[in-house]
Amino acid sequence: MTRIFGPIWTAPIVLGVLTVIGLVSALLGDGVWDAVSAVSLGVVVAVGGWYGLRRPKAR
Amino acid sequence: MTPKNVRRWSWIHKWSSLVCTVFMLLLCITGLPLIYHHEIIHALGNEVEAPEMPADTPRANIDRVVAAGMAAYPGKVMMYLSQDREEPDMWAMTLGDTPRDKNYKPLLVDARTAQLLPEPPVEGGPFMSLMFHLHVDLYAGLWGKLFLGFMGMLLIVAVVSGVVLYAPFTRKLAFGTVRHERSRRVRWLDLHNVLGIVTMVWLLVVGTTGVINTWADLLLKAWQKTELAEITAPYAGLPPVTKLGSMSQMIAAAESAAPGMQVKYVAFPGTKFATPHHYIAFMQGTTPLTSRLQKPVLIDAQTGAVTASPDLPWYMVALRVSQPLHFGDYGGQALKLLWALLDIATIVVLITGLYLWLKRGKAAAAKPAEVRAEEAAV
Repeated sequence: MTRIFGPIWTAPIVLGVLTVIGLVSALLGDGVWDAVSAVSLGVVVAVGGWYGLRRPKAR
Repeated sequence: MTPKNVRRWSWIHKWSSLVCTVFMLLLCITGLPLIYHHEIIHALGNEVEAPEMPADTPRANIDRVVAAGMAAYPGKVMMYLSQDREEPDMWAMTLGDTPRDKNYKPLLVDARTAQLLPEPPVEGGPFMSLMFHLHVDLYAGLWGKLFLGFMGMLLIVAVVSGVVLYAPFTRKLAFGTVRHERSRRVRWLDLHNVLGIVTMVWLLVVGTTGVINTWADLLLKAWQKTELAEITAPYAGLPPVTKLGSMSQMIAAAESAAPGMQVKYVAFPGTKFATPHHYIAFMQGTTPLTSRLQKPVLIDAQTGAVTASPDLPWYMVALRVSQPLHFGDYGGQALKLLWALLDIATIVVLITGLYLWLKRGKAAAAKPAEVRAEEAAV
């Protein structure tokens, strides 16, 4: 279990933390706080878009 | 995880998802236009805007604003007076035959000239009204809300059980692998897992805050029956207020009781959000969070004096914080776009999940060995 925990859960945990930062930051203020939100949540969406929309290269 | 546990969690995931999927699809689809309700109302020409004037144009006395609204509907009583932080050039009001009239009339008054603006369409016009009701209460009032809240709870169970199942289903794959060379079922399973895990925290937050929002009416009642009832106990049994004092004095009193805050809205005596003998002014701060926490200030409707400015109890704070976290309306256009994209990703997770269930029989027959090996390996 512990041996495979890292490889499986590293990415989901990082994405989860980025989501929390993205959701909370814009609540606390405007301007730079909104930007932090947009970037961190943007990374999460970009990762989803990248893996979800990526097509294998034609061989 | 033992095969027995995998089967157990699979059962939980399957049934919690199946029951709520159709409603979640409805909520995701109707939620999409709701994210952009301002833009859509504007595009449909249903938006009322105050005329352009120099920024330093003095604001009209609020008593004149209220008088202008009341003159538009002789015989009706004031219910609410409110102002959007983003649109300080107009005041919105609602008037009704009684303070709790369900067929209230909304109107807008220019904050600088105290002139009546064109009447805004109810709930932003027929299209947005339809989206709103399908998303919030299915036209079934409190029971509709509570029903959707229950579906939301099932969604939370589905997300949690899905996360539990994520490891056994992806342990042999690098993060984000979608096996395009395999059958559609395998591809869609991978897509379901990837997008499910990417949207996990967002969906948990939007789902949970959505559920909390369905309890808004109940939480408000709880607050009124407990803390608010205590504060207003000395007024119990007094005859209802008939002659209302000056609104400008009320607002000045409310602003001095909540320094640094502005009036978000004023509930008139007898309305759902006030008490029979008090105005309640809900005051907003200047950050996205404090503008939503809305500190209540109770003002004696007869004397115009501040009776109390209680702190909201924890459950009202939770409700008020839940609103922006559900709507995604607190971080400008970028956040709205991300909200919409995450909403679309959720639709993909729902549809791929439904597909995996519909094709379950075929797949089990096609590769029992692999499924068994998968479970045995866990």
